[in-house]
Amino acid sequence: MSDRVSVAMTDRRVIKGDTIFKGIILALASSIILILLIMIFEMVKESLPAIQKFGGRFLIGREWDAVQGEFGALDFLYGSVLSSLLAILLATPLSVGAALFITDIAPRKVGNFIAPVVELLAAIPSVIYGLWGVLVMAPWLQQSIQPWLVEHLGFLPFFQGAPYGVSMMAAVFILMIMIIPIITSITKEVLLAVPVSQKEAAYALGATRWEMVRLSLIPYARSGVLGAVILGLGRAIGETMAVTMVIGNTPQISLSLLAPGYTMPSVIANEFAETTSKLHASALMEVGLILLVVTLIINVMARLLIWSVTRGDTGARA
Amino acid sequence: MNSFDLRRRLTNTLMTTLMVGAALAVITPLGIIFVHILKMGAGSLSWDFFTQIPKPTGESGGGMANGLAGSALMIGLASGFGLPVGILGAVYLNEFGSTRFATAIRFSADVLAGIPSIITGMVAYTLLVVPMKGFSALAGAVALALIMIPIVLRTTEEQLKMVPGTLREASLALGVPLWRTSLKVTLVSARSGIITGVLLSIARIAGETAPLLFTALGNQFWSKKMTEPMAAIPLQIFNFAISPYDDWHKLAWAGALVLVVIMFTLNLTARYFGSSRHQG
Amino acid sequence: MNPKLKLEQLNIHFGSSHAVKDVSLEFPANTVTAIIGPSGCGKSTVLRSINRMHDLTPSARVTGRVLLDDADIYDRKVDPVAVRRRIGMVFQKANPFPAMSIYDNVISGYKLNGRVNKSTMDEIVESSLKRVALWDEVKDRLKSSAMALSGGQQQRLCIARTVAVQPEVILMDEPCSALDPIATLKIEELIDELKEQYTVVIVTHNMQQAARVSDFTAFLYLGELIEFDVTKKIFTNPAQTRTEDYITGRFG
Repeated sequence: MSDRVSVAMTDRRVIKGDTIFKGIILALASSIILILLIMIFEMVKESLPAIQKFGGRFLIGREWDAVQGEFGALDFLYGSVLSSLLAILLATPLSVGAALFITDIAPRKVGNFIAPVVELLAAIPSVIYGLWGVLVMAPWLQQSIQPWLVEHLGFLPFFQGAPYGVSMMAAVFILMIMIIPIITSITKEVLLAVPVSQKEAAYALGATRWEMVRLSLIPYARSGVLGAVILGLGRAIGETMAVTMVIGNTPQISLSLLAPGYTMPSVIANEFAETTSKLHASALMEVGLILLVVTLIINVMARLLIWSVTRGDTGARA
Repeated sequence: MNSFDLRRRLTNTLMTTLMVGAALAVITPLGIIFVHILKMGAGSLSWDFFTQIPKPTGESGGGMANGLAGSALMIGLASGFGLPVGILGAVYLNEFGSTRFATAIRFSADVLAGIPSIITGMVAYTLLVVPMKGFSALAGAVALALIMIPIVLRTTEEQLKMVPGTLREASLALGVPLWRTSLKVTLVSARSGIITGVLLSIARIAGETAPLLFTALGNQFWSKKMTEPMAAIPLQIFNFAISPYDDWHKLAWAGALVLVVIMFTLNLTARYFGSSRHQG
Repeated sequence: MNPKLKLEQLNIHFGSSHAVKDVSLEFPANTVTAIIGPSGCGKSTVLRSINRMHDLTPSARVTGRVLLDDADIYDRKVDPVAVRRRIGMVFQKANPFPAMSIYDNVISGYKLNGRVNKSTMDEIVESSLKRVALWDEVKDRLKSSAMALSGGQQQRLCIARTVAVQPEVILMDEPCSALDPIATLKIEELIDELKEQYTVVIVTHNMQQAARVSDFTAFLYLGELIEFDVTKKIFTNPAQTRTEDYITGRFG
């Protein structure tokens, strides 16, 4: 035959190369599971002293006293839950409306311009939202919105007290502004995943645009939108910097939105670098653990919902 | 036209108006924030910002040169840790992705991506700051890497999936081992999409503040070692924004503008690579 | 004559489906063998088992023996990568590497394996392209993208890429199904020349093509080998009625 060199088929070098390669990428990929487990383990381990000392009292206690060594996190839980829920309540209709505007109302050019701009805004770091919140929005709230609310709606428990600017209200607004881009862009994706035939079916029946939205888009996209909202909630609950900068950092439970408050991430941000005792650090760790558990639950729920909607178009390679 | 049809038309008009209104309500505050950053930032930005370190309180002027350097160093180190794990982890998912174990990895990555970054900071604190007996840029970089990994992993996997199977087959049929095929054919074919994911993940960690609070801590001065506390732009913006001094507020705005410009540049570059993907 | 390649009781399963059943075949050296049959009959599955491409599909299970020069390529000690260096493959759709030039595509089998020597590379590229009668068409633009070539040229480039690594057997999986008649004719002429140096196995759904290019023909139906003989015999005087039905167009 020709001068070709016949390669022995039992050349082990290549098998070795593939085995080593597979080992390396397997190790790197596995490290992701390991990282998650280590994070959970560390949070639990470091929280143990506080959990053992306070037990369930930690969740309902309102005393947060590093000097006396007495820690209860209720005020932070309240602040986190209230600010996130209000923000999501305000953000959801606006985001869904904006997403519908982008996909089904705006001329294609306008939609193609707004969508990436909204996504770009989701990339602005939270410390910058906080900067704007504390230096621009809070003074504006203090001077215009809040005095007006006190004067005209002051009889309601929600708008009582002196206008400070930095307040629960400021936190709610800044969170709302921050999560709108997230919910809007996910909702947009979900709406775009609705088959055109669904829309055409509604129009063919003589439906108006709104009726098409109600008949075709909303039922089809409902669980995906819900997933987007829950994901937004997860972001809001874990949001640290912007909230810390505008909420006033005062542990209290007040119905008034004008009063300052405190959230779980904020107390960690403010106190963790300069804890006074092991117990103090452990109490903050437990706050972090609660935050971790809440966000884990929220994220798993949201992922399952979004997966159930978009699974169809992200199938594996054939 | 009967009254039923009229009501339908009115409802349609009303709801359409509401949707337009929602879009406006979404765009307006974001637009205002953007204008403020541009206006305040441009008014405060000077050459000193890039060359000086912050002045003590009461003295005017100063800059964030140490923060810029610190951010760059920590992002670089975080990329060194995070990119290999994210990209090669994605190669694993792409090659052996149909097992339950792979699903567990994907799920873990999604969960990790949803964990508040301040918790990542706390974990980096217990794992690095406590044993090393001091705040350090190294701990900050590790915290940033942990945030980066799931983002890079998932975007890279998406890109690898889009590489036609026929190319892998062509390479394997030539007697090229799997590992060379993965690195030289599959990864290279997906490179522009992977660059997009990498740039987006860098943009994300460049603005992270919370995970640095208890790791890099921040530094008023130049830091010389990765084992010492180090300044970073987002940390400086935070500290200066909540201070009572006008001069520091100005620096914070300038820092915000610089950060936003970096962020948008990274995002737009990423988009460019993303869109040129199909031209190969 | 000792066959170059031999299948012994080859069985291939995908999960629970039994795609190839007890197929035994012999391919003499320097001949062209065509595998024909209706779509879904397992002909491509058989072909891909000959250079262990099924190793990449986790659900696939191959049993039986595939002998290359009397050595079983499914032996536990055998490296699939080494097998593929001796048994090359050309695919249904031309698949040049899009990011590489014409030159780099031809030499990719070497480059991807990390063995590079400029002057040898030039020689290999030229001789491989001449081998597939593409040299005159592309010699002035070797550095331009392979994607700029026509479909037929791309397929010939893929064949050049395969011969460049000097295999002993070339497997072709419906290499002309995406090509126009003129491009097809060129590939068929090429196959006829290739058998001087290589053993060729070609899967095709085009019976005229099988009749034109092959020395032997195997007819597969529902994963089973129905008939294997000299091509002329299969197309003029098949022993099995099912073969006759198929080649006369009564089913499939």
